[in-house]
Amino acid sequence: MEQYINRKYIIGGIILLVGLVFTVRLFLLQVVNSTYKLSAESNTRRMEIVYPARGLIYDRNGQLIAHNLPSYDLKIAPYELEAFDSAEFCEILQIDIQTLREGIKRVINNQNERFNPFIKQLSSETFGKLKEKQFKFPGFYFSIRTLREYDREIASHLLGYVGEVDSGIILNNPYYELADYIGVSGIEYSYEEHLKGEKGRKYKLIDVHGREQGSYKDGRFDTDAKPGSNITITIDADLQEYGEKLMRNYVGSIVAIEPGTGEILTLVSAPSYNPSLLVGREREENYNKLKNDTLEPLFNHSIQALYPPGSTFKTVNALIALQEEVISNRTTYNCIRGYYARGVSVACHSHPSPLDLLHSIQYSCNAYFCNVYRKIMEDPDFESVEKAYNNWREHLRSFGFAEPLGIDLPYEKGGFIPKSDYYDRYYGQNRWKALTIISMAIGQGEVLTTPLQLANFAAIISNKGYYFTPHIVRGIEGIDSINSAFAVPHVVSIDSSYFNVVIDGMDMAVNVSGGTATWVRHRDITICGKTGTAENPHGEDHSVFMAFAPKDDPQIAISVYVEHGKWGSSYAAPIASLMIEKYLTDTIAPYHKWIEKRMLERNLLNVQ
Amino acid sequence: MRRQIDIMANIDWLTVFLFLLLVAFGWINIFAVNYDPDASSFFHLENRYTMQLAWILISLIVVVFIFIIDSRFYLFVAYPAYAFGILLLLVVFLIGTAVHSSKSWIVLGPVSIQPAEFAKVAVILAIAKYLSGYNVKITRFKDIFVSLFIIFFPAGLIALQPDIGSTIVYGVLLLVLYREGLPGWVLIVILAMAGLFLGILVLSQFLIVLILSGLAIVAFTIVSKKPSSFFLAVLISISVASAFVLLNHYGYLDLDNYIILLSTVGIASAIAVIYAVVKKNKVIYLVVLALLLAIGYTYTVDHLFNNFLKEHQRNRVNVMLGLESDPYGYEYNVRQSKIAIGSGGFSGKGFLQGTQTKFRFVPEQSTDFIFCTVGEEWGFLGSFGLVVLYVGLLIRLIVLAERQRSRFSRIYGYGVLSILFFHFAINIGMTIGLLPVIGIPLPFLSYGGSSLFAFTIMLFVFIRLDSTRKAYLI
Ligand SMILES: [Zn+2]
Repeated sequence: MEQYINRKYIIGGIILLVGLVFTVRLFLLQVVNSTYKLSAESNTRRMEIVYPARGLIYDRNGQLIAHNLPSYDLKIAPYELEAFDSAEFCEILQIDIQTLREGIKRVINNQNERFNPFIKQLSSETFGKLKEKQFKFPGFYFSIRTLREYDREIASHLLGYVGEVDSGIILNNPYYELADYIGVSGIEYSYEEHLKGEKGRKYKLIDVHGREQGSYKDGRFDTDAKPGSNITITIDADLQEYGEKLMRNYVGSIVAIEPGTGEILTLVSAPSYNPSLLVGREREENYNKLKNDTLEPLFNHSIQALYPPGSTFKTVNALIALQEEVISNRTTYNCIRGYYARGVSVACHSHPSPLDLLHSIQYSCNAYFCNVYRKIMEDPDFESVEKAYNNWREHLRSFGFAEPLGIDLPYEKGGFIPKSDYYDRYYGQNRWKALTIISMAIGQGEVLTTPLQLANFAAIISNKGYYFTPHIVRGIEGIDSINSAFAVPHVVSIDSSYFNVVIDGMDMAVNVSGGTATWVRHRDITICGKTGTAENPHGEDHSVFMAFAPKDDPQIAISVYVEHGKWGSSYAAPIASLMIEKYLTDTIAPYHKWIEKRMLERNLLNVQ
Repeated sequence: MRRQIDIMANIDWLTVFLFLLLVAFGWINIFAVNYDPDASSFFHLENRYTMQLAWILISLIVVVFIFIIDSRFYLFVAYPAYAFGILLLLVVFLIGTAVHSSKSWIVLGPVSIQPAEFAKVAVILAIAKYLSGYNVKITRFKDIFVSLFIIFFPAGLIALQPDIGSTIVYGVLLLVLYREGLPGWVLIVILAMAGLFLGILVLSQFLIVLILSGLAIVAFTIVSKKPSSFFLAVLISISVASAFVLLNHYGYLDLDNYIILLSTVGIASAIAVIYAVVKKNKVIYLVVLALLLAIGYTYTVDHLFNNFLKEHQRNRVNVMLGLESDPYGYEYNVRQSKIAIGSGGFSGKGFLQGTQTKFRFVPEQSTDFIFCTVGEEWGFLGSFGLVVLYVGLLIRLIVLAERQRSRFSRIYGYGVLSILFFHFAINIGMTIGLLPVIGIPLPFLSYGGSSLFAFTIMLFVFIRLDSTRKAYLI
């Protein structure tokens, strides 16, 4: 071991050598070289982030909906700060000296804070004043960013809004830094990747007086910002605006879909709000106001509200019964103003009796569909009600009920169709029968759907058995095709031939006297529709209507919910009819003006 | 009672005195950086200097405990401490908190600890225990391997956090192995691997393989002892490569340049092996083997780096190597650091008079760049004094280590002084612009509880071992 003892001199020698090198270097740096003593090394480098403009948003007809406006943030470069006239500075910005001190301290104590503006979104007036005197305040500089401005103050729910990133996002995504903007909801969120663009960086040389002296190393390290891609959405801005106008005194939703493509023409959630409220300095404050509003304007009824589908659901039960061959077009049932069987009673209104399937849809007979539902559940092809029920549920799933449809908007709800074990838990296994769940026959009870699912259902009927996933974005600049998931038809589990009788029944409901919504018929457009009433245990029932038109060449499928509107025919049907008319003819016929006037004048906002 | 007196008498008070000087000087400078005339109260834990004072006091209490514990305890606890250190490093992965995108802190309520700091003590204990074991010889392959594993396993875990600064600190423990008789060629191989590692990150794989092949040809020439074989090797390599290029050109093959190079190396190696068989020159096998291993190593490192590390971890390494523009502004910091130190002049601006360090240059001011304040406020006299203090402490530790009768104590002593030396060299080298920026603290001076505790424990365990050097031969 002693053979290595001399290695201690080598190790000691290395240590002494390092000490010597440091001493020489320090001597040169501190004593010999005087350049460091003067602050001759006066040019400093400053990294500035160049923010991209977000992609623009156009409607289906090429109308601009959202663009960008420049906005100025005031930032601090801590290394460049020098003594300045803080009184004058505070006066220009109209802040107190305490705010100024805290702001500077914040930036100095935290490296990351330099991304964070000292004051965000200066008014253009303040910006002008300060810009003029910027030379007096070394260490302060402006960062130009853009904020959304809306050309049409519509569609706030589906456009969504832009906010600042939080620390979770910064940690998980290396692109984002403190104070960056990011889409928080709507398509601003779903298409953030395309809309955001790419930030750039510029390195600038700054002299001792805080003046820019050009770019650092001829811009070798600079990168340009790339603006976000423009997006065309499927919405018809005029129709959307008209829908929002019709709904301004109601709580509820309108969803209109182009059946041949799944493109959403209108997505109204009422009450709505002006999208400009969630932009700029007042965003936070306005957001809290909207959030605390008891009418919940931030809630997107069209894809998040769960309502019973009411009588509109009878049509799907008719289709399933036909497919399972438990009834035929010629099957008739009596209605003695309701359906009564072993402890179950479901009331009906006055209409001719007996009815066949076609007329039962026209008159929306409850008794008829209770019989149909019982037939489905007690189908001898299945060993038990449970099996028949599961089969029925599978049919519904093929219509896009029970699960989110997959629209390109965040937070879509999927509705609710209970699984059989739900009833097992509630009543006990084999303890429930067709009569136990008979209210599903007429779309009441446990079943819940979103307005979007109902509009999609209308589209399926108009297509006689298939649909495209409803979506909001039609095209993205620079990308040839949209998401292929939106181009594949989903075929439902019902043969297309069975749809004719349902379509005829919906035609008669609107266009043949005795139908449930004949007062909203249009002389030139054959609207096929089905009214509904969604039971509301908390107050007045909701008015529901689903429809499509024209009958022979469907261009639009629609669902309308008006909360507390009671009968489908009283609010939802006229609003749907006006929307269809507006979309197909671009105007409202003179003989319908009174309907429009009535819808605009009535007000159900304060009904419970 | 008698034993207590013995301990007090046998403590190396010079080392303790140097330690106290460094800690006190560090605190004065932390005070200067963070002193704010507007601030309310001294006794406010928001103030870094108050926090640091608290940590210093707690460290001194810890020192008392270190002296109370029997020195044989440290030998006994070496392996358990090592296992516990590894466990902590694993725990960091699970519940660690990220700072600057490196997951290296465990936060327990108000206290944050950095396991990498404490792991150093455990690793030194473990390596000392292993090397002092009966019948362990650092010249034997197995013992070299185990020693390297003890050192680099925790280092690897820390590299994954990723905390590159703390990782390379472990490399300095090779100095300990060197003192204990590690053969020089092992050191060369390890340094070559480290160099190659950096080379891979900086240069392209193609270039690396090309350089390695060149080195192999030179080695081959030296080994075969004939200058003419150099031209022969070059000629063969070029002809093989040309053949591939021609085949490519006329469409018989479709290989990219990198594959052509690898194929050429393969064929040339085969020819070299045949040559070795004919000439019965065994050293040529070694050259070929070394070349192939080096290329394999290159490939592995590149693959791991690109597939195993996440993007932000890669970026961090790249920034550290100067391959990417510098989002944290380290380059800028170093310039400001040099300006601050230079502006101190010969005798400094005086206590609390530093302006450069006050508002200009901030982020790691009281931690990794504390030496700036020393330079600015205390001038050349102060910074030179600090260098002298440090070198004095390190040399004193060599003397102490060499006077140990037990191998365990000596090796432990060298471990402590190597770590302290590395931190000293890298940290000050960085602030005066001699070395790249690697964020590691200056022991005893930098702000921070974890590092102060860890270095204090590390040092005083050695002083404790030294105090009983005559009593036991542990
Ligand atoms: Zn009836």
